[in-house]
Amino acid sequence: MEDLSRFKQTYFDESAELLAVAETGLLNLTPGAVDLDEVNAIFRAVHSIKGGGGAFGFTDLVAFAHEFETVMDGVRNETIPVSNALVDTLIRANDVLGQLLAYAREGGETPDGVTGGVVDKLRHFLAGGSGDAHAGNAAPAAPAAAPAADVPAYPDDEDDEAGIFGDAMAALDAARAEAGESDGLTRWTIVFKPKSDLLLSGNEPTFMLRALRRLGEATITCHTDALPALQAMEGEQLYLWWTVELVASGDVEIEDINDVFEFVADECDIRITANAPPPIPVPEPAPRAEPAAPAIPDPVPVAAAPASASAAPAAAAAPKADAPRRPAGGEHAGLTSHTIRVDLDKIDRLVNMVGEMVITQAMIAEHVRELPQGEFQELLEGLEQLAQHTRELRESVMSIRAQPVSSVFSRMPRLVRELGGETGKEVMLVTSGETTEVDKTVVENLVDPLTHMIRNSIDHGLEGPDERERVGKPRAGTVHLSAQHRSGRIVIEVADDGRGINRPRVLAKAIEKGLVAPGSNLTDEEIDNLIFLPGFSTADKVSNISGRGVGMDVVRRNISSLGGRIGVYSTPGEGSRFVLSLPLTLAVLDGMVISVGEERFVLPLTNIVESLRPKPEDLHGLVGQCDVMMARGEYVRLVYLHKLFGIPHAQGDATRGLVVLVETEDGSRLGLVVDEVLGQQQVVIKSLEANFRRLDGVAAATILGDGRVALILDVAGLREMSRHADHAGTRAATMAAQLAAPPAALPAPSA
Amino acid sequence: MSNSTALATVGAVRTDVAMVTSAEEQYVTFTVGTEEYGVNILSVREIRGWTPESRLPNLPPYVRGVINLRGIIIPIFDLRARFGGGATDVTKRHVVVVIQVGERTRGILVDAISDILTIRRDDIKPPPDVEAGMIDAEYLSGLYTADSRMVTLLSVERLFATETGDVDPAKIPV
Repeated sequence: MEDLSRFKQTYFDESAELLAVAETGLLNLTPGAVDLDEVNAIFRAVHSIKGGGGAFGFTDLVAFAHEFETVMDGVRNETIPVSNALVDTLIRANDVLGQLLAYAREGGETPDGVTGGVVDKLRHFLAGGSGDAHAGNAAPAAPAAAPAADVPAYPDDEDDEAGIFGDAMAALDAARAEAGESDGLTRWTIVFKPKSDLLLSGNEPTFMLRALRRLGEATITCHTDALPALQAMEGEQLYLWWTVELVASGDVEIEDINDVFEFVADECDIRITANAPPPIPVPEPAPRAEPAAPAIPDPVPVAAAPASASAAPAAAAAPKADAPRRPAGGEHAGLTSHTIRVDLDKIDRLVNMVGEMVITQAMIAEHVRELPQGEFQELLEGLEQLAQHTRELRESVMSIRAQPVSSVFSRMPRLVRELGGETGKEVMLVTSGETTEVDKTVVENLVDPLTHMIRNSIDHGLEGPDERERVGKPRAGTVHLSAQHRSGRIVIEVADDGRGINRPRVLAKAIEKGLVAPGSNLTDEEIDNLIFLPGFSTADKVSNISGRGVGMDVVRRNISSLGGRIGVYSTPGEGSRFVLSLPLTLAVLDGMVISVGEERFVLPLTNIVESLRPKPEDLHGLVGQCDVMMARGEYVRLVYLHKLFGIPHAQGDATRGLVVLVETEDGSRLGLVVDEVLGQQQVVIKSLEANFRRLDGVAAATILGDGRVALILDVAGLREMSRHADHAGTRAATMAAQLAAPPAALPAPSA
Repeated sequence: MSNSTALATVGAVRTDVAMVTSAEEQYVTFTVGTEEYGVNILSVREIRGWTPESRLPNLPPYVRGVINLRGIIIPIFDLRARFGGGATDVTKRHVVVVIQVGERTRGILVDAISDILTIRRDDIKPPPDVEAGMIDAEYLSGLYTADSRMVTLLSVERLFATETGDVDPAKIPV
């Protein structure tokens, strides 16, 4: 039983993927330009979910999936025309399927009415209802159902009842049986019962099953009833037999099937029957796929089989082990999978261990450097190699966590579709670079910012179709979403061809809100960047799309918490482009190690502009409060790290130490006064919060080559600190502030 | 809680955990100056020699800093400093008691480990009525007499909970 639950888990995991496949396919489904491959993929996805569900006895799920599948089958055979209404219903059906899976996963009963109007609508299409007139006339096949009308929502639907799968289903079957002849498919049941010495003649049943799959959609059930006890089992003997439900295109003849078994005809019992469209395989609660036929050691006589073959819950109930893996023969069925599923925790542990190894290796290297030169040549060489292996190991391990951004991008078409509907705008989403890989944590954290940016583009950026036409643009606006690698970072762009940022209005709004002093003279770029300020919104009315109290400031915060930056480029009348630049992983960071007194810190390389040693004449006091430095024609405020952090024995004099010029996410610059810059290094980011808590000016921690902990500085935080604190020993105040401080700037990697 | 008898046997050091009954608990005790403290052995993850810490900015002196404990970063608290004795002048012989509180790990700098005591719960006396608002009292879960020594038992859940931002220590049951 424990085994079964493991298979269930696999089934649910795979179903989630299949749902996503189906959704992607459905969103691509456009009336008039139906891609048959796409349709087949959707069909297969639904079919696989159904098949696996049958094996576990999820009756409601199977029944619903069957309806869904039947309609998809109709689409595939072009008996059901693709209309927008159909696509909407199918998307809805996919959602319902997801819900049913969720219920099945929780192991609870499916609440009444979940499948609601969706089943009605599906049947309506099945019964030949044209999509456009989908209001009013209920499907003839489901006479009991109330008119489906325009009831889109499912959980609160009340016009359906649990009995939906009862009488109505039978009526539907009848309808389908009639229609079945004309759907251009032939259906076969093949009972393939090899003699137990088949293997001795060098034949391999898998090949035949595979060949059957090539003929069409094959649902293969393996019967294990003849399996002897383990002790009695002999390696050369074959104890299994199969039934295959084959749905093939109309031109597949019985000879084609016979051909498959040509070479083994003498060593097998084969029975091939042509079927009418199969009954709905709502399985009896027999999830373990016990064959209906009693266990007969001898081959089943050909003539005696029909009853048992059709009684076996073959279509749905695949053998327990095989069912979740590949329940129905898609193109990939039969091939050995080249991927494995691994618990994320295990990978995290691995990443952590490799991080440790990198540190230990660096530690050894440091010690070895202190050994007398020339005496330990072999040790040095070995160490060199170790360093190289470690580097490769780390890269490989990191790449395990890498995921193509398509997993995020693929969610966007749906968003665009819905938003287009809500706003009445015509929107085309173009994506590129979906295969670009990034660390899983980064991918996961991209969903919210991207969702918001696309919302923003559609709601604020794009004009309505009429307005677009007036200004000579195509009626449909385009949102371009792209990803690419650029110098060790990933760059993601969201570009639209809308009206661009309305600068006068943005500026007026900013002045009105007191974010900018009246009469300020801002550059276009500066005005564009105002939209990232907290509390900024130009929306005149709060729409339910973007007026959710979430602004671009949240997007920027999300992005900077990932160690990234966001920029906006806009041309009035031509559109806006938001550019995200993100690190490929959150686990390591390119940093500059600096020292202040006896302490060492790491500054993220992305923040550093340059480091320089100022001449005394470059330094100035500003109204006696703080120091500024002239750097490349600009005055930059100096922040003395030793004062800010209360570090004793530090250099303290900028002209003797160094000034590291840093830039925060919003482009403002600071000069950090440090003692020394020790060098650039990749560091493994470690959480300080896992066991302690957030500290002002500190993003996270890391472990240096000598095993000591160094803090990774948070430049934006340092700027805030230096603004608020008087640099003097106001420890009590900062302590209190820190205790009340909001959560961290850098996400905490698992410790 | 008023039971103060049976001093004869309870002070003995017992290392075999199997002999601990349900009415008993084991405590690791350690010294800070002349005082002896104890924490429940179940929360002690390891005891390690002193390794130099990395300082954390702008924190009270009893937050010594952080160390690398096999890849995780844990804070080190100076118990002497916390109880008003000034920062410990560490030597290689000082000890860090690594304790686990829920998911979180932290280290406590003490002078030396002294004992492992098996203590009957009934023999733990409540801490004396200390002045309200005296923060140190939050950490105390009871007092115990072992061979005429007084051992102050500390509540690990409350110990440095404020400093690590865990929870309001007042809400943690003793």
